[in-house]
Amino acid sequence: MADMRKDSAEDALFEARDVSCTVNGQIYRAKAEPRRLLSDFLREDLNLKGTHVGCEHGVCGACTILLNGRPARSCLTFAVQADGAEITTVEGLAQSPARLTRLQESFSEEHALQCGFCTPGMLVTATALLQDNPSPTADEVKHYLSGQLCRCTGYEQIVSAVLAAASGGQKGGE
Amino acid sequence: MDLYRVEDRRLLTGHGAFLDDLQPVPNIHHAAILRSPYPHARIRGIDASRALAMEGVVSVLTGADVASMSRPFPSALPRQAAYYSLAIDKARFVGEPVAVVVARNRYLAEDALSRIVVDYEPLPAVVDPEQAVINPDAPILHEDVGTNIALHRTLRYGDPEEAFRTADLVVKRRLRFPKYGSTPLETFGVLASWDAAEEVLTIWSNFHGPFSMHPVVAQALGIASNKLRFIVPGDIGGGFGIKTSIYPYMALIGLASRLAGVPVKWIEDRQENLSASSSGTDRVSEVELAAAKDGTILGIRMKIYDNVGGYFRPPEPGCTFRPLGNYVGGYSFRNLDVDAYIVFTNKSLTGPNRGYGCPHLYFGIERVVDEMAQQLGLDPAEVRRRNLIPKSAFPYRTPTGGLYDAGDYEACLDKLLDAADYAGLRRLQAEARAQGRLLGIGFAMGVDPSVSNMGYVDIAASAEERKHRHPKSGATQGTTIQVDDLGKVTVEISTTPQGQSHETMVRRHVAKEFQIPEHEVMVISGMDTATRGWTIPSGSYSSRFASIGISSAVVTARKVLEKLQRIAAHQIEANAEDLEYVDGSFRVKGAPERSVSFRHAAGIAHWDPASLPPGTDPGIYVTHYHTMPTALPPDDQDRVNSSNTYGFMVDMCVVEIDRETGEIQVQKYYGVHDSGVILDHKIAEGQIRGSFVHGLGGAMYEEMSYDADGAFLTGSFMDYLCPTFLEVPPLETHYVETPSPFTVLGSKGIGESATETVPACIANAVTDALRPLGIEVNELPVTPSKVWGWLQEAAVHDQS
Amino acid sequence: MKPSIFGYLSPDTRAEAIAALSRYAGDAKVLAGGQSLVPLLNFRLTSFRYLVDINRIGDLAYIRSDGDCLAIGALTRHHAVELSADAARDCAILPEAMQFVGHPVIRERGTCGGSIAHADPSAELPAVLTALGGSVVLEGPSGARTVDAEDFFLGYLMTSQQPDELLVETRFPKLPAGTGVAFEELARRHGDFAIVGVACAALPDGSFRLGICGASSVPFRPRDAEHAAADGDLTLAGHLAAGQSEPEADLHATAEYRRAMVSTLTQRALRRAVERKEGSTRG
Repeated sequence: MADMRKDSAEDALFEARDVSCTVNGQIYRAKAEPRRLLSDFLREDLNLKGTHVGCEHGVCGACTILLNGRPARSCLTFAVQADGAEITTVEGLAQSPARLTRLQESFSEEHALQCGFCTPGMLVTATALLQDNPSPTADEVKHYLSGQLCRCTGYEQIVSAVLAAASGGQKGGE
Repeated sequence: MDLYRVEDRRLLTGHGAFLDDLQPVPNIHHAAILRSPYPHARIRGIDASRALAMEGVVSVLTGADVASMSRPFPSALPRQAAYYSLAIDKARFVGEPVAVVVARNRYLAEDALSRIVVDYEPLPAVVDPEQAVINPDAPILHEDVGTNIALHRTLRYGDPEEAFRTADLVVKRRLRFPKYGSTPLETFGVLASWDAAEEVLTIWSNFHGPFSMHPVVAQALGIASNKLRFIVPGDIGGGFGIKTSIYPYMALIGLASRLAGVPVKWIEDRQENLSASSSGTDRVSEVELAAAKDGTILGIRMKIYDNVGGYFRPPEPGCTFRPLGNYVGGYSFRNLDVDAYIVFTNKSLTGPNRGYGCPHLYFGIERVVDEMAQQLGLDPAEVRRRNLIPKSAFPYRTPTGGLYDAGDYEACLDKLLDAADYAGLRRLQAEARAQGRLLGIGFAMGVDPSVSNMGYVDIAASAEERKHRHPKSGATQGTTIQVDDLGKVTVEISTTPQGQSHETMVRRHVAKEFQIPEHEVMVISGMDTATRGWTIPSGSYSSRFASIGISSAVVTARKVLEKLQRIAAHQIEANAEDLEYVDGSFRVKGAPERSVSFRHAAGIAHWDPASLPPGTDPGIYVTHYHTMPTALPPDDQDRVNSSNTYGFMVDMCVVEIDRETGEIQVQKYYGVHDSGVILDHKIAEGQIRGSFVHGLGGAMYEEMSYDADGAFLTGSFMDYLCPTFLEVPPLETHYVETPSPFTVLGSKGIGESATETVPACIANAVTDALRPLGIEVNELPVTPSKVWGWLQEAAVHDQS
Repeated sequence: MKPSIFGYLSPDTRAEAIAALSRYAGDAKVLAGGQSLVPLLNFRLTSFRYLVDINRIGDLAYIRSDGDCLAIGALTRHHAVELSADAARDCAILPEAMQFVGHPVIRERGTCGGSIAHADPSAELPAVLTALGGSVVLEGPSGARTVDAEDFFLGYLMTSQQPDELLVETRFPKLPAGTGVAFEELARRHGDFAIVGVACAALPDGSFRLGICGASSVPFRPRDAEHAAADGDLTLAGHLAAGQSEPEADLHATAEYRRAMVSTLTQRALRRAVERKEGSTRG
């Protein structure tokens, strides 16, 4: 592309730009070059280390966040795409570490986590499931979470935890 | 609200501290590693000048640097075959590190990789371990060794010749076990910081032991061992044995930091992880079984080719010898012949992976046991029963030197057959077969070794060679407990857990010993070799925790209580022997009003040393290293108690094969485990289920695949297939709890058990399903495409 | 695994997007859901000087009835099609096939336009589009053109889309009431790309539509097989479909296996579609 125009507008396309977004209810603004993955932006630039990176090609699901309320792989999203977006990460699920959500409590009670590395993506995705479908069947849980890998638990206890959280919700938060 | 585990709150809220979350030093730079695209190539030259010229790039480390700054890692090999942290003059597998770029961030570091020019001379490759040995045209990986045999050992126990001479039946099978790894979701991570002023190298990593790798790295780097500091964070995102093999990268990134003059962080990406971290070996074997007409096993012969890839690195040859003490599994036969080759090929390197060597072992034994039963017209469950080590025989000394602590194997088998309604299943199978359906029932059983004995490694050398070396032994684990002046407790563990709930279990049992509420005990995990107690076997591997880990914590707590009791006795002018410890107080037996509380006794140790009994040191800070008297070196007959406690598992599963598509549906899987006293059923169940899925992966989905020319085919999670929520069949578990006499709480390891027998059980079940067609599953993973191919061959056979 | 440098544009309108593609023709790639493209970028298996992100073009996400077609905007997420009442009514094969596209979280972001333009021969949507004889609408600097599915898919990850064109819409012919549909797929794991997948519609007039993925370098529609099925010979239909496949071996399946599975799955899809058709007429 020898004849390509090298003007400043052209250069600007490659340069880092301001990204401002709301994460867990808090407004953040930081610079990101276009290629910066949202997972790196959250972890490195916003210092939110709860979102974990396990494969960087969208298969393991550890980096799943809620992007404008819907689950998304942060490793398959560029930070610049999140400009103006509302994001929820695992840090934003509970009001505080002392006051967990019913789902988080169920995960502990059912021993649905061992090393805890996949847990942020599991929790975020299961949260989205329960928003859409407050009382899923075991089969629906498995299908919805099927894009989330866990190498520790063998999955069964995760299914139990999501079902327990769902039925707990039905009973009015028993 | 109290959570089930102490670890949970931080992990559920995104506040865990994993390696990549740490920022312990300023000015951290990032590494990217250039890796060989060739399975086998001479490196004629490297030009990194264009990479070095890039803005943000600090340094490029190459083979020349590594050769001058370090030495090969020490190993158990009798011959050369230098293994460095990076290829020096030759690359021997796809993914072998060739250069390390250090730059301001990982993006820039990866950009720089493409600017490094390497002049490779591609060489022919070999990937099959048997071909690497027997084919005279196979390329030689290490010219200085002159052969691809890294190690060859023949081991003989009892009188195998006699067993085979007198046998009514001899069954022999060739088997192939695949290369796979447990691929923890958190990849390797290393942060190294070289302090040039003090000449101290500090390495943070998600290494989980054994800390025998500390001297290995120190020797390779030529650093005084007390100036090499390993730090491990409290949270590790899964390990399963794989992260033992991070140590070459600890050395490599240490060198990169030294060259660059800045702290350097490297986080392995998934492609690097799949192509070049670590896995179990792939094994080609011939297993031969001698039997009497009634199904009694008289002896077994094995010829093994274990593929360690391009280099041999510690703790190999554990793949072959770690299970030595339990080579006979749960069977009572006494005659065994092992002809083991540990082989170099152009594949990635190996090391511990959940079950370390046992899935391979039981795949071999359990396949031939099934074929023996079939040929004798006996039921496979019945044949197993006839050969079980009886409950009365424990502690049982195996012919290979293992000392099985305890177990009720027959009770396990009974429980299994009962839970699954075995007779009913066979009736169902008969009906299904009558309808032309391919329904199969498979068994597998095995003995699950836990707490490796450091002595087993010496089996790599012959008895004659061992005479000239100092022996190794032991399985030590240390714990430190301090009690502060207000009676609050801090426990430092050195087990580097990766999800196995060590903090929860140690807190529970220390609180129980001290008779105080659990929340008054805080457990510190993670490790720091400069400030914490450790020794060679420290860490998490070989399912050590429920045996030695918890034993160490409980014995340490008891030592603290002994000291407090002496202090209390002195305070109330009684004899320590006359005191009892009840409800958190030391009191005089028969005179409970004369008492000193736990907190008061601790307070005296801190505030009032003048009131301590003569000869008692102030403070309460007790470190206890616990080992097992059963962890002895090999004897001159090559017998070794390679582990220290031994669980047992027997599995059965039901599968159905779709004749048209070759798909395998595992309808139900049953597992019965005798792992001694279960300390926590929920946590044990989690270990079993996770371990089960790793076995399932190896049996049906996961393989690090290479083509015949050494090209690597499974560099992403789209090709390397970990089971998901939807691949896991219904698993029903049961427990028999025979207490171990060798551990403090009667418990033993359980985390690896299921994974060791699942591959064999699935292979036996699919074979049973295909029995009417004469098809046997002697290679894994078993996939629909393979099964369909076998079905076609059987059909052609049938017509001709 | 970090992507190389690229210039980033995020136009708000189609016209701006097309202008950008036209300006950087050959050097620019459209970024839609990113579920296939970004992994390739992260692995550095591919790179582009510019990415034109169409996610801010609001009027590219729609599902609407347009004459005898269901028109689906390029930016419509798989998830939206899965839940769409219009799709369930007018083209029930679409939600059926969606169950096999990746995993739910991937379908939340992945787009219909992206799946079609990516042209993976193992992907489900191109097979459906091919089966139904649908088309794509490509818009370039000189206007829009409509290309039939069978002229669009040219080879492995290759289409007749020009570098300065934006795929704006995919058009799926509606299926009349009383059609029975089925999507059969064989994969190593649920959610993986198909070893073989078969889309099938049994129409009320007794004719059939078939589309097959995973068994050739492009999805294909075996017309002979459709005719044999209409004649009531499902076994022959399977054989004919297999005969038209040109499968290759890979890690997960041999070529012979793939070919045989085209036959098996075609027959299964035909049977199930017929059952459902009969069920719907009775109901």
